[in-house]
Amino acid sequence: MSSAFANVKTIAKRELAGYFSSPVAYVFIVIFLLLSGFFTFMVGGFFERGEASLVSFFMWHPWFYLFLVPAVGMRLWAEERRVGTLELLLTMPVTAWQAIVGKFVASWLFLGLALGLTFPLVITVNYLGSPDNGVILAGYLGSLLMAGSYLAISCLTSALTRNQVVSFIIAVVLCLFLILAGFPPVTNLLARWSVTLVELVASFSFITHFEGFQKGVLDSRDVIFFLSVIGFSLFTTGVILRGHRAG
Amino acid sequence: MIKVEQLKKLFGPKRAVDGVSFAVEQGEVLGFLGPNGAGKSTTMRMITGFIPPTEGRVTVGGHDMWEQPIAAKRLIGYLPENAPAYTDMTVQGFLNFAAEIRGLRGDARKTAVNRAVEMCFLESVLHQSVETLSKGYRHRTCFAQSIIHDPPVLVLDEPTDGLDPNQKHEVRTLIRTMGKKKAIIFSTHILEEVDAACSRAIIIDRGRIVANGTPAELRAQSELAGAVTLKVSGVAGNELTARLYQVNGTKKVTVLEEKDGRVLARAFPKTPESNGAYARAIGEAVQGWRIEELHLEEGRLDEVFRNITLSDTQK
Repeated sequence: MSSAFANVKTIAKRELAGYFSSPVAYVFIVIFLLLSGFFTFMVGGFFERGEASLVSFFMWHPWFYLFLVPAVGMRLWAEERRVGTLELLLTMPVTAWQAIVGKFVASWLFLGLALGLTFPLVITVNYLGSPDNGVILAGYLGSLLMAGSYLAISCLTSALTRNQVVSFIIAVVLCLFLILAGFPPVTNLLARWSVTLVELVASFSFITHFEGFQKGVLDSRDVIFFLSVIGFSLFTTGVILRGHRAG
Repeated sequence: MIKVEQLKKLFGPKRAVDGVSFAVEQGEVLGFLGPNGAGKSTTMRMITGFIPPTEGRVTVGGHDMWEQPIAAKRLIGYLPENAPAYTDMTVQGFLNFAAEIRGLRGDARKTAVNRAVEMCFLESVLHQSVETLSKGYRHRTCFAQSIIHDPPVLVLDEPTDGLDPNQKHEVRTLIRTMGKKKAIIFSTHILEEVDAACSRAIIIDRGRIVANGTPAELRAQSELAGAVTLKVSGVAGNELTARLYQVNGTKKVTVLEEKDGRVLARAFPKTPESNGAYARAIGEAVQGWRIEELHLEEGRLDEVFRNITLSDTQK
């Protein structure tokens, strides 16, 4: 078991080092921070709201992640397959799930780092007023879990193809579907037919499950939702990879 | 160390590998020959556990590759075709990763990396990104990765592909040296490498083993093997031919060249032998003429290779 953990750590370390040795990491972080700032202050009306909270920050996250997270995740397996390092990795004494978890954890940590770098917002809001920091913490936790879910889906689509662009597009479409399922214009439309249908569809939405976190409510159902999206996607990634190898 | 039993791999209706069996022991270097698309790489991928066989079994050091993959993979060093390496890392970073994933840490890792770097002559590019390396260096980087944990089993898919003649020579020497203590399989389509590095060779064609033996045994299958080539001056071609036919055991005589009063001819015996009796008989038969050259042919691998693999594709 300890060697399994060591393998996951070694693979994650390599993956993380890979991000920072290319411009991907820096471009991503800068864009993420710029977008966060712009939407929070300019579009979200941080000041106009007249309340000490980060609602105007978190409300945009499902939409940022829609494009940014697949950009991080698209290379995970597509690149390994294109360059041929997948053959190297899977003939080393590691199991496929150690490789999958290792690579996923590395990217998730990276997204966590980018999210963590928005800390000046927390300082600002604390300086300007006295917000409920518990709510903010819950927001960050929810955002991190949601990022993980987007990432796991991107990981899955990345395993499908050796073309990063194709992987990106499929990931965006899948994630968009999971957002729209709980997006008011869509739910309102569905509500004309059936309320139970709305509930069913909306229960698959990132937005629905992220709402609670934004309000500071830690509902175990929401946590389980995100974790199961991650678990299911990573499991499917494993199945896809095995399918490729079996030819 | 490596045991392959009735290995089969189907890609859809195509039989990429069709019932391959062989074994490689410690101290053996097995050359894996075959035309492109014969199933060499597919076989190697199954041996190293990258793809599962449709049928058959691979055991490495007594561990079944599909039942105890981790134990089996620990014993193997593998250089895949085209020598892939993580392009976003430096050579050192890549080798450190390879050592770590093989369970080498701290000083053991340092020693292992240094040893591999030295053996593969990578000092000058140690801090260079893999992406910027020339093909030869990238190849050696991946090769270094395969020997980093000093494995008892090495599987090398075209280890000399893309190297310059000097590098090829170095790699062959390295394989021969390491082959004394390890079990090595390497694939190639360069026949001279078989002589340079192998203790045994297998020729595979369309997924089947068509020849298996030491380089000398394979050469002996050549039509040329056992023939005597001689160059004699001061005689006409037909006169020499007539004399050679009189030699006991001659099957066929061909005149290869006749120029300036010199004849280059080749005599084929009915039953090839390597003790030189036939060559001596020829030598005695042509006494009296000036013999400029006379030698016993060993047979040529490329001829054997062509005969075996061509005849099979024509069927």
